Amino acid sequence: MLNALQHIGAFTLETLSNLGRACIFLFQVMLGIKSTLLRPRLLIRELYSVGVLSLLIIIFSAIFVGMVLSLLGYVTLVDFGAESSLGVLVSLSLVRELGPVLSALLFSGRAGSALTAEIGLMKATEQLASMEMMAVDPVRRIITPRFLAGCISLPLLTVIFMSLGIYAGYLVGSVWLGVDEGSFWSQMQTKVEFGHDVINGIIKSLVFGFVVTWIAVFQGYNAMPTSEGVSRATTNSVVYSALAVLALDFILTAIMFVT
Amino acid sequence: MGSSRKIEILVGTFVLLGLIAFVLMALNISNLTSLSSDKGYSVTAHFDNIGGLRPRAKVTLSGVKVGRVTKISYDKESFRAVVTMTIDSNINYLPEDTQASIYTSGLLGEQYISLEPGAEDAVLKDGSNLSLTQSAVVLEEVIGKLMVSFTSKN
Repeated sequence: MLNALQHIGAFTLETLSNLGRACIFLFQVMLGIKSTLLRPRLLIRELYSVGVLSLLIIIFSAIFVGMVLSLLGYVTLVDFGAESSLGVLVSLSLVRELGPVLSALLFSGRAGSALTAEIGLMKATEQLASMEMMAVDPVRRIITPRFLAGCISLPLLTVIFMSLGIYAGYLVGSVWLGVDEGSFWSQMQTKVEFGHDVINGIIKSLVFGFVVTWIAVFQGYNAMPTSEGVSRATTNSVVYSALAVLALDFILTAIMFVT
Repeated sequence: MGSSRKIEILVGTFVLLGLIAFVLMALNISNLTSLSSDKGYSVTAHFDNIGGLRPRAKVTLSGVKVGRVTKISYDKESFRAVVTMTIDSNINYLPEDTQASIYTSGLLGEQYISLEPGAEDAVLKDGSNLSLTQSAVVLEEVIGKLMVSFTSKN
């Protein structure tokens, strides 16, 4: 009985102290933003490894998600003679939900895990400690550029995801299944509002980018400096990111789209 | 040097792709014109019953969209619903006795406001109130009236 209580207490205390460390860490990372922006070379290098290298998986999944959405939407809508609303269905679901969420999940799997493993391994091989010996702040030199690159890349990837997905949906819906091209685009244009739908979708992706990269760099920086610790940190990074993205998505949707 | 140049080119392409996608979203997928329609003038109308009208429903003139509903509230003096709508600033020639009616698009579609111009010379301005209104048709009321008329005949 007392043992069980002690377990619960220890778990709570550890979770709280981790959360506190994560917040302090975020603050330290933020402090380095200015010096990173003054020397953008490091940032560009990270934008390449975080953003450009994630492009392939984003493009590939966007095309297939758009095509599947269009195909299934058509099968359902054609029963009601409402297949001209296919464009609205595809674009609203991609812009509001699937675009931000799926890109964030893919991003955490492709870039977040790589960030965690890289930073964790740097810690395990004591590269971070040796930087400190040379009076180079490892947080500013290593973490902040990666964090900023993640925050910039995910919104860009999300916008690419949305527009490619909608175009793929158009290809399946109009070119293959024969939904009238004019009503596909015009209904979409009247129902999708730039200020409401598109901007809120992009705000979602900004939040997700922030959270996913925060979790990734913190897990890497906080990893136990052993090979087992790095592998556990990488797993945690992906799992926590997915949970955080899905839970935050519910909250954001409730705030943004439910009046 | 060569590899750094390659990386910079690739990052530039990536950012450019993102910007192109954003512009496509703005122009092709959504109607950016709805942003500018916010810069119109707003008028209010009192309804006995607004049915299922929601904020951001469209306001039409002979079926042409000219504005949006911005706010719905309740007036405790007159015990009626107050609907505030924004009308595009280029539609500045509506007479003051314009009538506002709530209609449903299609059988089960969403509800919207339709304006029918009147005959007065004075035109609607920011803050005007439309006094001639026609409430939403609530399906249950219509069915109730039909039932009454059927049973009273027999």
